[in-house]
Formats: sequence, structure tokens, C-alpha cells
Amino acid sequence: MRQVTGLILLLVLVALLVWGVLPPIMRDFGYPPSDMDDYIIENAQEETGSNNVVAAVLFDYRALDTLGEATILFTAVMGVLLLLRTLKRKEESS
Amino acid sequence: MLSKIVRTVANQLILFILIFGLYVIAHGHITPGGGFQGGAIIVSGVIMLLVAFSSKELKKSLRERVLSIMESTGALIFAALAFAGIGTVFFYNFLVGTPIFGRIPVPGPGPGDIWTGGVIPLMNFAVGLKVIAGLSAVVLAIALFSSGEEVEE
Repeated sequence: MRQVTGLILLLVLVALLVWGVLPPIMRDFGYPPSDMDDYIIENAQEETGSNNVVAAVLFDYRALDTLGEATILFTAVMGVLLLLRTLKRKEESS
Repeated sequence: MLSKIVRTVANQLILFILIFGLYVIAHGHITPGGGFQGGAIIVSGVIMLLVAFSSKELKKSLRERVLSIMESTGALIFAALAFAGIGTVFFYNFLVGTPIFGRIPVPGPGPGDIWTGGVIPLMNFAVGLKVIAGLSAVVLAIALFSSGEEVEE
């Protein structure tokens, strides 16, 4: 009985998620049109001096995103080192 | 520790991997690639050394404390370059047009110039330093922990 209820709830959840995701994927590709990409492609070389427009977006137009990415890496490294060292100490003391 | 053949080949190969990683980092503003990708290439070389030699051998030359300082230095350079352009806006590319990395390339497709990009190459170097040190520290810590060795302070 519990399994049947769980299955029904799972199907309802799946239907909800598919229904929520359907409108964006039913649209044509690249709709609604955006002026931002055209602007970046046309002006990146004059404004940033970088021939690689992807690097220009990463480190100039959307550099705040890259700062968040670097913070994620920093936090991950800190967590791994902290966790492994604590486990080592605990093993020694016990 | 693997056999002598593997160790010798890894010893010769690490140079080329380091050069290729540094090339990807240094040319991040001209060709595909950048700090993250080049750093990942160099860390793959570190993993190759870790497999060929043991983590006990590698621990002698890669100190975790030095790696931590390297990673913090990279993050500090990145944040400092971001704050250096705060006269206009945060993360402003203030080096375009100046003698340092300031040349403007010819618009449209072209081979490009190494002396362009403003702060982008410097940020690539900072992020590359950060990725190299951070991922090396993670890989080394996991290898040392799984082999039961002491993590070097």
C-alpha cells in the first residue's frame, strides 16, 4: 500500500516537472531573440581587446560569475582539506 | 609505485604536459582555453605523477602548505584586479589602450596578438594558479588519506 502511494506521488511529481519544463522546450530555438549576444560578438574585440570572445565574456562582461566560480573552487578545496585532516586527527586520538 | 618503465616515461612526459598547460593558460585570450582549462591540464600531469610514483614520494616535493599559499595568492590577484578597475565599475577592463596588454586587435577573424586583452591574460594566470594549486591539493589530500599517510601541514 505504501509503495503504491509512493508510486502515485512520484508519477504526479514527474508530471508536474514535465509540465513545468514544457513551455521553454516547445518554443523555437533562440526565442525570444536577444540583442546582448549580437552586441558582444560585434563589440568584444574593440572593448576588451581579446580575440577570444568566450574569454572576454568570462573575464570581462560576466566576470562576477567567474568570481563566484573561483569561490566555489576555493570552498571545495577548503572543505576537502578540512574534512580529511579532521578525520586523521580523530583516528589518532581514538 | 609502478614499474621503472612507467616511472621513466612519466618523468619525460611531465615536461610536455606542463608546457602545454602553460601554453593554454598564456594564450587564453587568443585561442580556446584559459585559466581553468590549462590548470586542469597541469593537474592531470600531477595525477599522472601520483599514479606513477606513490603519494608518499610526491608528498616530499608538493607541500600542502605551499599549495594553500599558492591558491590564496591566485584568488587575491584575481580580486585585486577586479578592485583595480573600481574607478569605473567593478571588474572594469582598465588596461585596454595602455602599454601593458593594451593593443586592440583587428576586428573580425584573425590570428590575434599575445599583447592584447587588458586584464584578461592576467586574470587567466591568476585563475590558472588557483586551479593548479587547489586541485593538486585536493588530489594529493585524497591520495594521502586513502593510503593512510599523514597529510603534511
